[in-house]
Amino acid sequence: MARLVIPFALAAITAAAALLALPQARAAVLPDDRADVLYHRYEGGGVTVDGPSLLVRKKFAESYSVSANYYVDMVSSASIDVLTTASPYEETRKQGSLALDALNGKTQYSVSFTNSDENDYTANTASFDLSQELFGDLTTLSLGFSRGWDEVRKRGDAEFEEPVDRRSYRLGLSQIVTPTLMLGFAFETITDEGFLNNPYRSVRYLDAENPAGFAFQPEVYPSTRTSNAAALNARWFLPYRAVAHGEYRWYTDTWGIDGHTVRLGYTHPLGERWVLEGGYRWYDQSSADFYADLFPRRDAQNFLARDKELSTFTSHMLSIGATYELGASRWSFIKRSTVNLFYDRMRFDYDDFRNILEGGAPGAEPLYGFDANVYRVFVSAWF
Amino acid sequence: MFLRRIVLLAALAAAAGCSGIEPWVKPYERQNFADPIMAADRNPIATSYLNHVFEAREGARGALASHGGGCGCN
Repeated sequence: MARLVIPFALAAITAAAALLALPQARAAVLPDDRADVLYHRYEGGGVTVDGPSLLVRKKFAESYSVSANYYVDMVSSASIDVLTTASPYEETRKQGSLALDALNGKTQYSVSFTNSDENDYTANTASFDLSQELFGDLTTLSLGFSRGWDEVRKRGDAEFEEPVDRRSYRLGLSQIVTPTLMLGFAFETITDEGFLNNPYRSVRYLDAENPAGFAFQPEVYPSTRTSNAAALNARWFLPYRAVAHGEYRWYTDTWGIDGHTVRLGYTHPLGERWVLEGGYRWYDQSSADFYADLFPRRDAQNFLARDKELSTFTSHMLSIGATYELGASRWSFIKRSTVNLFYDRMRFDYDDFRNILEGGAPGAEPLYGFDANVYRVFVSAWF
Repeated sequence: MFLRRIVLLAALAAAAGCSGIEPWVKPYERQNFADPIMAADRNPIATSYLNHVFEAREGARGALASHGGGCGCN
């Protein structure tokens, strides 16, 4: 792993040095200096994930901005997968990111590095992005590339260590169409190569010799996956100072999953201090070609999956949120600050993943579904 | 092949940027886009968290304006 990360670290330092060496040019707009402290919590399907996230961004030398993010997931899992074939577990994932943005005329460059670590998975990701304003600044074109080096491990098996190589290619376009309408387009291709399945998860197959009528064997996934996703979004500034927005995302990959996402939202300021938000998101996907809830026999085919995230399902999400602008701060260096509370209610309904904990004849158990609550509480300060 | 086409299109778009198209929305007509509520991502820290939730629970990925990191879902 170190063999991969050290050359990358040198390349990242070289790229950062190259950005710092850019000629100083007329400053357009870099993101504002700000700090955010967030507490997040996800509860659903027997899984609770919570933790903090801290994000600090600061400009320097007029044309540069540096940002750092520290993020923690504390996972307590008794999901249906875990209850079926394993024991409930707890684990912590820590993630750190560092990014440098540089502005040169109408072009913004960004390099970033992210490291994520948990007891059985390490992910390192390096990214380069650039964006360019065109056509009298009505159009912004952005291009991006990421390279990731992951290492998959397995609890209880010190010998198990498998790599994953990830690459992402991104294209984005935003367009001011009228004084009140902005359209955006995003396209991303992601390729993965390596050990892509979960080392703990099993598939089930019919087994007449087992009293339950079925038995389990480990999942087997292909070692490559390529996906394409394209999203089109619109933001419309309404005549009474509010914003309506919508998005459609299309997804397809070489595993046979096709997905569609529709998202609608509305943002409404109330008085001088409040901003209220509401939204709805619909997501639907088909299953992977090698997914089945119940295979007819052991080793029924080359690739085998029973991960519900690869099954056919639909999810719905309702969102509400409120932002409150705080008054004058006792610290003069803070220009403004907000307190924010966001709540999302999610519902997942699976079409071909059965709840075998409920019992029944193999393949005729009730279909699985669950609700999830997502909370995001955070304080933001601009300085 | 597909990526080559994208790069070519991007290069053409960049070249067209030099030819001086007259902006049809004038700078003084753009005050709405400076309003914070019109920002595509007003709260990056909250958006990236929600995108992480989607990527952990759904088969689809990409075109979400976030990249990198593990899952915490093994």
